[in-house]
Amino acid sequence: MAIYTLGIDVGSTASKCVILKDGKEIVAKSLIDVGAGTSGPDRAINQVLENAGLKREDMAYILATGYGRNSLEGFADKQMSELSCHARGAYFLFPEVHTVIDIGGQDVKVMHIENGAMVNFQMNDKCAAGTGRFLDVMARVLEVKVGDLGRLGALSTKKVAISSTCTVFAESEVISQLAQATDKCDIINGIHHSVAARVVGLAHRVGVQEMVVMTGGVAQNAGVVQALQEQLGHEVHTSPLTQYVGALGAALFAYQKASR
Amino acid sequence: MAEMEKTAAPAQEAPAAPMKKAPKPVSPGTAALRKVVSDVYAAAWEAKKAGRPVGWSSSKFPCEIAEALDLAVVYPENQAAGIGAQHDGERMCQAAEDMGYDADICGYARISLAYSAGVETTNESRRMPQPDFVLCCNNICNCMTKWYENIARMHNIPLIMIDVPYNNEVTVSDSQVAYIRGQFDDAIKQLEVIAGKKMDPARFEHACECANRTAKAWLKVCDYLQYKPAPMSGFDLFNHMADVVTARGKVETAEAFELLASELEEHVKNGTTTTPFPEQYRIMFEGIPCWPNLKALFKPLKANGVNVTAVVYAPAFGFVYDDLDSMARAYCKAPNSVCIEQGVDWREGICRDNKVDGVLVHYNRSCKPWSGYMAEMQRRFTEDLGIPCAGFDGDQADPRNFNEAQYLTRVQGLVEAMEQNAKNKAAKEG
Repeated sequence: MAIYTLGIDVGSTASKCVILKDGKEIVAKSLIDVGAGTSGPDRAINQVLENAGLKREDMAYILATGYGRNSLEGFADKQMSELSCHARGAYFLFPEVHTVIDIGGQDVKVMHIENGAMVNFQMNDKCAAGTGRFLDVMARVLEVKVGDLGRLGALSTKKVAISSTCTVFAESEVISQLAQATDKCDIINGIHHSVAARVVGLAHRVGVQEMVVMTGGVAQNAGVVQALQEQLGHEVHTSPLTQYVGALGAALFAYQKASR
Repeated sequence: MAEMEKTAAPAQEAPAAPMKKAPKPVSPGTAALRKVVSDVYAAAWEAKKAGRPVGWSSSKFPCEIAEALDLAVVYPENQAAGIGAQHDGERMCQAAEDMGYDADICGYARISLAYSAGVETTNESRRMPQPDFVLCCNNICNCMTKWYENIARMHNIPLIMIDVPYNNEVTVSDSQVAYIRGQFDDAIKQLEVIAGKKMDPARFEHACECANRTAKAWLKVCDYLQYKPAPMSGFDLFNHMADVVTARGKVETAEAFELLASELEEHVKNGTTTTPFPEQYRIMFEGIPCWPNLKALFKPLKANGVNVTAVVYAPAFGFVYDDLDSMARAYCKAPNSVCIEQGVDWREGICRDNKVDGVLVHYNRSCKPWSGYMAEMQRRFTEDLGIPCAGFDGDQADPRNFNEAQYLTRVQGLVEAMEQNAKNKAAKEG
């Protein structure tokens, strides 16, 4: 009989679920664009169960992760940090991984992986610079969709430095560039390099080892990935499942628990 | 920079109201230590009432001088920590900001400057008389120089300053000792004028003897964290630091620490501990605690069986010396006046001796010198000791700089990394 496990990643800006069969096969996934403290987690859970054609009772074990993991106490069997879950999910997708970079809605994490498990990590300080929220703010100022940033940044022809580390100051810097009629694509490319610079600083503290994998929603932004590669001097691997890596890791840990 | 949020109950305190939670019983050693701190505050009020001068002193000013001259001295750092722990720090910090002090300045300094300007605290046990002179030694903190200059200017009172330069080398040179010794001699002269009497060498010798006895007993207490399980938590050490800060030169302090050490010895013999949970992991807590958020700091540690068994900040107050020159040398070895090599060496030594599984670093927004080199230190701890480190943002006195949700994730991540390290180690050992 198959063992189904559910991993739920309640982030600050999105809720993601993955159902795994026997710890190997992803049978369903869901993503709702709102996170902790909203209807997002419930909706994501309902949707993933519906997608899989399964019920809560069919789940052998449920594990919650992410910023809002503790809001699922009582529903989930266990909570774990998103650090370990991203590490485990990345290892499932890339068995050679040693460094995982996750840029989430409100934090940045760099994890050192040994044999598929996180043994050390670094996170950003309280500042939102370098996080997904930083990109959201910049996209709003530039009047572009956050999902278009990668494509537009690739059209840049000139280097523009966004040097402020503070989101609020960087926003002023971008407005000032716009006032000087600087090309939006160049500004976007500058923003990507600014995000990368923050992340690279953290990564060096942990120690970067091949293979480097980037997870989280921001990994869909090819401009940030490219800037990271340039500044790190390492190839940065991503997966089409990048937004689900935390939930996938949670489902994998859940399987580990269920099979004990 | 040290602290304690508890003092002994005043002698004539009215019986507790029925609804009030009864205070937790404490050991005779802890009770004696609390009394010492309460007595320091009481003695300052008594001196003020009697028309004798009262001094405010930084925590690592050589207390032996004022002690030998019978001068009453209180400690703004201890006061600020107590105010922070009793949740009056934010209001006091804001009061200082209203006066024009920047929010980026140390929280202790802001609280102290507000109090100095006449803003009363709700923490009655930490009220102290306004100063007639100030004693500042900047070996622990550079912000302190301006902080104390401001207090001196507010009250138009003497500032006795001992400048301990940052040392780029591990050893303390003879010229550095001569520079500081000269300042000690000058401080003695200035304090003789304030006290209105000459220093009695025998009394000074006695104060130094007491300070050394206190330091030795304190270091012995700190060393008990090496045992597995530790007979107490490092958070207890933070609380007991109030005594080593405010009353190093008093015989009562030495006796109280000796009593505490004997209690810990008993715990070790019996395999018991005052830590209120089974010790599963042992960590070094780096930096000063977030006094306003102690419960939030402690809760996830307790829930995960994480005991703090190493704190570099505590033993750093154990000054042991033989004469005035070696006293000057000892006062050069404060955490913020030594180079990173010395700092790493101290911390890695204590991590090894106290057998820690990980490190939790408080990036203290109040203390830039302390937090500034922590990123590099974290990197070295992991490289040299093979243990995970997690850092979190916070503040020793201003609760606005701490975020509980961010802290929880970092602690949980640290616990998961320590768990994995333990598994890897066990697998290697077969």
